[in-house]
Amino acid sequence: MRYLPLDASEREAMLTRIGVPDIDALFADIPADKRIGGLLDMPLAMSELAVERAMTAMADRSVAAGSVPFFLGAGAYRRHIPASVDHLIQRSEFLTSYTPYQPEIAQGTLQVLFEFQSQVAALTGMEVANASMYDGSTACGEAMLMAHRLTKRRKAVLSGGLHPHYADVAATLAHMADEKTTRLPPDVVASEDIAAAIDDETSCVIVQSPDFFGNPRDLAPIAAAAHARGALLIAVFTDPVALGAVRSPGEMDADIAVGEGQGLGNALNFGGPYLGLFATRMKNVRQMPGRLAGETVDADGRRSFVLTLSTREQHIRREKATSNICTNSGLCALAFSIHLTLLGERGLRRLAQVNHANAVQLADRLSAVRGVEIRNTHFFNEFTMRTPRPSADLIEALARRDVIGGLPVSRLLPGAGLDDCAIVSSTEVNTDDDRAAYAKALSECL
Amino acid sequence: MNKQGRPTRPEEVAAKARATFTGNRALDIEEALIFETGRFDATGVDLDEPAPFQSRLGAHARQAALELPGLTEPEAVRHYVRLSRNNYSIDAGIYPLGSCTMKHNPRLNEKIARLPGFADVHPLQPVSTAQGALAVIEALAKALMTMTGMSAVAMPPKAGAHGELCGMMTIKAAIEARGEGETRRVVLVPDSAHGTNPATAALIGFSVRAVPAGEDGNVSVEAVKSALAPDVAAIMLTNPNTCGLFERKIAGIAEALHEAGAYFYCDGANFNAIVGKTRPGDLGVDAMHINLHKTFSTPHGGGGPGAGPVVLSSRLAPYAPVPFVRPDRDALSLVEHAEGSASFGRMSAFHGQMGMFVRALSFILSHGADGLRQASEDAVLSANYMRACLSDVMSAPFGDRACMHEALFDDRWLKDSGLTTLDFAKAMIDEGYHPMTVYFPLIVHGAMLIEPTESESKASLDLFIMTLRDLAFAVKAGDRERFLSAPVFAPRRRLDETRAARQPVLRWTRPPPA
Repeated sequence: MRYLPLDASEREAMLTRIGVPDIDALFADIPADKRIGGLLDMPLAMSELAVERAMTAMADRSVAAGSVPFFLGAGAYRRHIPASVDHLIQRSEFLTSYTPYQPEIAQGTLQVLFEFQSQVAALTGMEVANASMYDGSTACGEAMLMAHRLTKRRKAVLSGGLHPHYADVAATLAHMADEKTTRLPPDVVASEDIAAAIDDETSCVIVQSPDFFGNPRDLAPIAAAAHARGALLIAVFTDPVALGAVRSPGEMDADIAVGEGQGLGNALNFGGPYLGLFATRMKNVRQMPGRLAGETVDADGRRSFVLTLSTREQHIRREKATSNICTNSGLCALAFSIHLTLLGERGLRRLAQVNHANAVQLADRLSAVRGVEIRNTHFFNEFTMRTPRPSADLIEALARRDVIGGLPVSRLLPGAGLDDCAIVSSTEVNTDDDRAAYAKALSECL
Repeated sequence: MNKQGRPTRPEEVAAKARATFTGNRALDIEEALIFETGRFDATGVDLDEPAPFQSRLGAHARQAALELPGLTEPEAVRHYVRLSRNNYSIDAGIYPLGSCTMKHNPRLNEKIARLPGFADVHPLQPVSTAQGALAVIEALAKALMTMTGMSAVAMPPKAGAHGELCGMMTIKAAIEARGEGETRRVVLVPDSAHGTNPATAALIGFSVRAVPAGEDGNVSVEAVKSALAPDVAAIMLTNPNTCGLFERKIAGIAEALHEAGAYFYCDGANFNAIVGKTRPGDLGVDAMHINLHKTFSTPHGGGGPGAGPVVLSSRLAPYAPVPFVRPDRDALSLVEHAEGSASFGRMSAFHGQMGMFVRALSFILSHGADGLRQASEDAVLSANYMRACLSDVMSAPFGDRACMHEALFDDRWLKDSGLTTLDFAKAMIDEGYHPMTVYFPLIVHGAMLIEPTESESKASLDLFIMTLRDLAFAVKAGDRERFLSAPVFAPRRRLDETRAARQPVLRWTRPPPA
C-alpha cells in the first residue's frame, strides 16, 4: 500500500517492543462480539492509475461550466482565477499545516489571516473581520445569533431579497435555538417595506445587497429604521466582487456584514468548500464567532501574529462560547486573499466593471428576444428575467442546447408564484459569442 | 566540529549569530505586510477596459476608495512563498497533534479534485448536467454507511463541529416529533469532551450536564445512569475518546440511553482508529459525524476546510437535513426541500463540501477495504509504540493500558522540575518538530496527546522517540535553560499573547504620519 510506510517486519518488531503478541491485542478494549473481520462489502486497494480512471469516469458525467456558454450565479460565481493562486495554495506549508496553535512555527498562516482580515474589513467597509466561516449562509446564521446576544432579543426579520438558502439556514437555526424569524415574501423588484416589519422585539434585519434577484439596495434607511428600534442591520452579499462596484455595507451603516467569499480565488466545486466572510464593528468584537489573528511581539520584540481573543471560543468557553466553530475555511481564505492581492484596488474595480458591462450587454441582448422581460431597474452582474415559458422547463431546454442559462427561481422557491422567472448572471468569463449563443438558443426555446 | 572543521552543533552557531541589516537570517526571511508593500494602482491581473456602456448601478455605485493594496504576479508569488516558509507542515515532518489526525495528504486526491467535471460544476446547474457530482456523493455516502454500519448519512455538514450541530438538530427534531421537545432539554457531556460538544448543545438551546470520566479514563455505565433522567435528550460521547482510549462500556451505555428514551450522539473525530475493526452502528450509536479531513485525509489547509458528514441510525434517518441524493430509475435526483417530510430543514447553502467528498472518495478507493483496516492498525500500532518507548521517562495517566491511535501523557513527570508542558512543547520546536496537542483533554493535568498516524515510517518514529527521550533526560538533568528559552531557532521566539488580547490589533491600519 503506497501510503503506508511500515512493513511486516517493522510491525512485528514494534509489537515485540510494546510487549503484545499481535495487533488484535491492541484492540482488546473493543467488545469481542462487536469486532469485525474487515469491510467485506468494499473493494480492495487500487493503484493510483486505477483510481484516476474511476474518478475521471465519474467527472466526465457532469457538464463542466467552462465547456458551455454559462450564465448561472445565484450565490456561486464562475471566475477566471489567476494560475498563481492555485499554485500558491498548494505549497505544502499552506496545504498540509493546521490551525496555528504553535505560533512560533506558523507565522505564515497567521500573517495570511491578519492580511485576510484586513482585506475583508476594507472590502466591506467594516472595522474588524474574522478569519473565515464555512460559507456565506452559515456566516449569515451566526450573524443572526450574534445579534440576538448583542440585543438580548430573539426575533430576526429576513428580507424577501435574501438568498432562499440563507433564509432557510437562518430559519432552521432560529427554530432550533427557540428563536423567531419573520420572513418577508420573495421580493423580485426590491419594493418591500422592511421598516414596517421591525418592532421592539426585533434583534436584527437581514438584508442582501445586491439581493438574490440582482437588485442593489440602499441599506442606509433600513439601518436607520433598525437602529431607531434598537435593532441591528446585518448586510449580506453573495459575490465579493460586487463590492468593487456598489456601496459597501459599512458605508451604509450596517452593524454586521456577512457574505460568501467563493467569488474570489475559489472554484465552483459544486457548492463547497467555500468561505464565509464575517465583519463587524470593533465594539462588537467580543461577541463575534470564529477565529481572530492579532498582532503582537515575540520575546525579541519582533512583530508577530497570534490567534487571540480566544476566550470567545469553544475550546476555552465550552457551552458559553460565541459559536461551536472550530475548523473553518483556512485554505479557501488563503485563495481569496491571494486573488484579492493580485487584483488590488485597481484590479478589483476593473473586474467589477467588466462583470457589470457583460451583464448589461447580456440584459440588452436577452431583452431583445420576443417575450423576454428584465425585471431589474438596477443590477450589478445578475438580474431576473421573466419569460412566457416556465423557467424550470426553459432552463432544461437551454441545457439541451448546451447553454446553462441561469437558475429557475422555482427551484429554490417552489410555489412562490415565480415560475416564470429565472436569475441570470454574467461574469468576466463570458464572451460576446457566449451571449450571442444564449440569445439564439433562447429565441429558439420561446 | 566535524572533520571538515564546520560547526555542526547548533548552540555554537547560535552563539555566533549576530544582527543582520535586513533582520533576515539566510533562509529565514522577514516579510512585510501586503499593506506595506502593495500599491493601490498595482495589479497582477490584466483585464481590458470594457467598451463604453450605460451603467445600470444608478446611485448604488461605490464612490469611496477600497484601499486594497495590489501586487504584480512576481511580487505576489514571492510574498506568499516567503510567508509559507515560516510554517511547519506534515509534508516537512511528523505533525503529532493529538485528535487532529495529521496524516499524509495524497497528491492524487488534489489532482482529482481539480478535474473540471468536479471543480468546475455549479451547485445549481440543472441536475441532469451534474450526474457525476451526484454519483460521487452517492458513492461516498454508501462507503461511509458500510464502514459505520449505519443506515443513512447526512452529507451537508461542512466540518466536524457543523456535523455535531447536524446530529444534535436531527436528535432535537426527533424528540420534537415525539412530543417531548419541551421536556427533554439536557445533553450529557463527559468532562473529557471536545469543547465543540458542549458549545454545540448550547447553541441549540440544550443545557449541558457533565458526566465525569472514571479513574481508568472511561465513562462508566453507572455514571451515565446516575446522570440519566426524563429530561435527558442525548449524550455526546467521543469514541475512541479524547484520552485515546476505546470506551469499553459503550454498548452498555447505549443500552442505558435507549432504555431511558435518549439518543446516543457519538463524536467520530477519532473514527480513524477503528475503521475496519468495529462499526459504530453495532455499538448502539444513533448519530456520528465523520471528519473527512481527519480519517480520510483531506488537507487541513492551515485551519480548514473540513467536511463532517453524519451517519444516522434508522430511528433518526427521517429527520436528516436537506438536500440529499435519491437514486431514481435511470438517474440520480436531488431532494432539496424539506416540506412534506420530517426533515429538520436546511443547514447550509447548496449540497456540502463536494471538493472534500472527491478527495475522501479517492482516498477510500486507493486504500480499499484492506488498506483502510491496515491504516487503522498502523495508526494504533504507532501510537502504542510511542507509549511503550516513552512511558519510562514520561508519565502516562492510565498506566500500561493499550491506547488507540494516540498516546496520552500527563505532567506528573515534570513535577519539581520547574518546567511545564508548554516548556517541553516549545523545546520540541527547537528540535524541528511540531509539538503534540497540549493541555487537552482537560481532565488530565498538563496533558500531552501524541498522534503519530499511520503515515510515519519506523525511522521517523524512532528519531521522534529518541528526541523526546533526550529532552526528558535534559529535564531530569536540570537543564532548564533549554526549555525556558525555547524556541530559539524558530522564525519567532515565544509570543506575547497577553498583549495581543489586551490591546487587540486585528487589522492593518495606516500608521499616523511621522
